[in-house]
Amino acid sequence: MRSLLRCLALLLWACALALSALPLVAKEAPPTAADPALEARVMAIAEELRCLVCQNETIAASHADLAVDLRKQIALKLQAGQSKQEIVDFMVARYGDFVLYRPALNARTLLLWFGPFLLLLVALSVLILNIRRRRRATDATDWTADKAQRARDLFSEGDRRP
Amino acid sequence: MKKALIPLLIFIVLVGFLAVGLSLNPRQIPSPLIDKPAPAFSLSALDAPEQKISVQDLRGKVWILNVWASWCVACRIEHPLLVEFSKTGTVPIYGLNYKDKRDDAIGWLAKFGNPYTRSLSDPDGLVGIDFGVYGVPETFVIDKTGVIRMKHIGPVTPEVLRDDIIPLVRKLGA
Repeated sequence: MRSLLRCLALLLWACALALSALPLVAKEAPPTAADPALEARVMAIAEELRCLVCQNETIAASHADLAVDLRKQIALKLQAGQSKQEIVDFMVARYGDFVLYRPALNARTLLLWFGPFLLLLVALSVLILNIRRRRRATDATDWTADKAQRARDLFSEGDRRP
Repeated sequence: MKKALIPLLIFIVLVGFLAVGLSLNPRQIPSPLIDKPAPAFSLSALDAPEQKISVQDLRGKVWILNVWASWCVACRIEHPLLVEFSKTGTVPIYGLNYKDKRDDAIGWLAKFGNPYTRSLSDPDGLVGIDFGVYGVPETFVIDKTGVIRMKHIGPVTPEVLRDDIIPLVRKLGA
């Protein structure tokens, strides 16, 4: 028992150690600008942009060379007084809509945005139709007095068993 | 009987979607720059740093822009093919030496051969960003009016060269 406890304590300690080390690994890519206020604005924009090298990461989270360069570009453009929209447009002009981490809502992405709801609607209507049809089937008049008597007999038969 | 087939039909449709999804290459992202004018640049030549080459200098001819670097492993795959192709003199190939050190780049060309009419230095990768480069090597075909007509991402294969690049270059009248 005691050795089990010791084992458990050791495991807990190892977990704590791993957790305390985790932030070091999960931390976002190193900053590109010395000014923390500018850095925060750069990161806010970088969160919205997809890194094309790693694809499932934002430019803010990625360590790829290209992401570092693009964060530098964002910082330079912010310093030059450009707005967030101007910077996002700059990226889209070069890398296409794919660079937007949240897909834009336009004619080409309508199905992407509303397809799931459409599917849900279809599934729900199939379900409702099915329930209605079944209810109609059980409502049908083949529930005769004769059948009811048989059902009662079956139930009472069960009661009589030891 | 008919009803029992419905799940099977849905399954077939799903498999169809998955099959198409699997056959697509997620690395091949359509470039918004196709059929748009090539971004303006003025870069120093790799072999002569004091000499600037701009996009205007290349007006009036069909040319290929190949983005490469000495640190790029995939570039070595396509390189012999480019060297061979350059010998046919079909179309001038300009190299964009992307985020590279000059000495490394010159050494690399001396070692593996130089298919480029000229190479342009882009040490900070800024022109690369303007061209939407995200994975070296990348290859662009640019027409006589300076419009980008095609982009290929990744190493140029003999098939891409034969089926896409050469017919396009011929059509554009190189």
